[in-house]
Amino acid sequence: MTLIDTLQTSLKTVVSYRIRSLLIILAMALGVAAVIVLTALGDGARRYVIKQFSSIGTNLLVVLPGRAETSGAFLGSVLGQTPRDLTLKDAQLLGRLPQVRRYAPLNVGAAELSAANRLREVTVLGSTANLIPIRHMKLAQGGFLTQGSERGAQIVLGAKIAQEFFPRSQVVGQRVRLGDSRFLVSGVLASQGESMGFNTDEIVIIPIDYAQAMFNTTSLFRILVEANSPGEIESAKKAILETLRQSHDGEEDSTVITQDAILSTFDRILNALTLAVAGIAAISLIVAGILVMNVMLVAVSQRTSEIGLLKAIGATSTDIRRLFFAEAVWLSLVGALLGFVLGQFGSLLLRLAYPQLPAWAPAWASIAGIVVALVTGILASMLPASKAARLDAVQALGKK
Amino acid sequence: MIRLIDVTRTFHMGDQAVYALNNINLQIAAGEYVSIMGPSGSGKSTLLNLIGLLDKPDSGLYELDGKAITDLSETEQARIRREKIGFVFQSFHLIPRLTAAENIELPLILSGMPSAQRQQRVANALQAFELSARAHHRPAELSGGQRQRVAIARATIMQPSVILADEPTGNLDHQIGAEVMLLLENLHHSGTTLIVVTHDRELGARAHRQIGMRDGKILTDQHDTD
Repeated sequence: MTLIDTLQTSLKTVVSYRIRSLLIILAMALGVAAVIVLTALGDGARRYVIKQFSSIGTNLLVVLPGRAETSGAFLGSVLGQTPRDLTLKDAQLLGRLPQVRRYAPLNVGAAELSAANRLREVTVLGSTANLIPIRHMKLAQGGFLTQGSERGAQIVLGAKIAQEFFPRSQVVGQRVRLGDSRFLVSGVLASQGESMGFNTDEIVIIPIDYAQAMFNTTSLFRILVEANSPGEIESAKKAILETLRQSHDGEEDSTVITQDAILSTFDRILNALTLAVAGIAAISLIVAGILVMNVMLVAVSQRTSEIGLLKAIGATSTDIRRLFFAEAVWLSLVGALLGFVLGQFGSLLLRLAYPQLPAWAPAWASIAGIVVALVTGILASMLPASKAARLDAVQALGKK
Repeated sequence: MIRLIDVTRTFHMGDQAVYALNNINLQIAAGEYVSIMGPSGSGKSTLLNLIGLLDKPDSGLYELDGKAITDLSETEQARIRREKIGFVFQSFHLIPRLTAAENIELPLILSGMPSAQRQQRVANALQAFELSARAHHRPAELSGGQRQRVAIARATIMQPSVILADEPTGNLDHQIGAEVMLLLENLHHSGTTLIVVTHDRELGARAHRQIGMRDGKILTDQHDTD
């Protein structure tokens, strides 16, 4: 019996047992679709988080006061000292490091903004002109502390705030009051929406000196540092820590977080999550495989007399084994392909429902889903197929 | 040419051995028309299955066309069944999912014949057995006589040298049964060896050689002289 005839004959059988075949194909398809949709969801979440995190800067290092690591005691704490604050002077020292392209000191606080007879509380970022490029913010209009106006009392408004206060008029050039000081609006941020739980549309940015005066502090909340290249991130981190240690009388009381490290951590966690979800979905494929085995075993006992007849008209055991085997392969193959289509369709629905979520199933998941479906189907058909092949012709013919 | 020498086949029922065939010696020449008769349990079906290579003797020798069959591999035996032997059963044994034409085509598919050639042969067979109009009907849509005609067409499509018929008219009424027997006898007239197992005396008497069996032994072996 030729391969093509075997495939054709078994396909005919699959088609003629319509309901049975449809159900088993559906079971297979749902398993594959589950793998694809769930990995699309997991991988989409991963890519969403990574994208959000990448959007806050490039080659970014964040310096914060205090030690985040719990290993090794901070010696000063025994003497009742607290970690030293980061100061503007520290920031300037970091700016001189060869690995650092630019830096931005950062202070955060809240103050009341009033203008045009309106008043609201806003989040205030105090920083330098470098904050805008380092944090990948974009100005829709104007500028911030551009050359020649470095010391001005300038303020940049978030898109939503600008819209609220000056819905109809030109925003740049307006005077506003923030806390007790007056500022000149020098620019408006482009609307970026929420990123990492921080809505840049509802902030204002003022020069760091004014912010420190307003919040009555000399310490910094963070220093944002951009390294020259990805390759220099690690050496920049070491240099920063060393610089700060020297500046802080030999005390290691600062922490540097690299964007890279956070990114790769998220990447790992979310990848593991995706794999776990895919694994759970794969269990349904194994179940589908067992269903295939059950259906094929039933088929063998249903068609016992038929098997006897095939032997009588000259089918070899190999022919019969292959026929049943091919039947299971058809069921698994059609199920796997249908599941692939269903899975892609489900992912599409996810993307339509949540446009922010890039819910594309990774290629490995689609391939693995189809391969696992085929392999379980094939493995599951081996026992029934060899059972059919081993049947005694005379006894099989006698069965009704 | 079929030759059985000291062939024995036993079945075990519980701890008791039952002789289905007990030391059978038989020779059937090519082109003979033989009927095998006997009560149920006499071993006539076992003999037929053995000649058709569906069953193996526990001891003894079976030669078909001068070749010892008993030591052949399973695959070779399947090939001989396919090429030299055609089975006709009481219950037709048609595959219900397949049309009349597809049922007839099955042995050709098993032999690996290319599709175009198969279609030609099947069309010829359908015509020869007056089944052309029913080619695309499934067995359930055919009458008993038509079903047996399909079965005979299937048994002969490979142009076997031996036709083995096990109660071929058992499920048919008298007139249709007679028609089916005529078909089988026509095959015999064209040179095929025809072996019919039956317990119908009238039917058995049509054969030129009648073998009577009981308890696994050949009791009578009568040749007509004509």
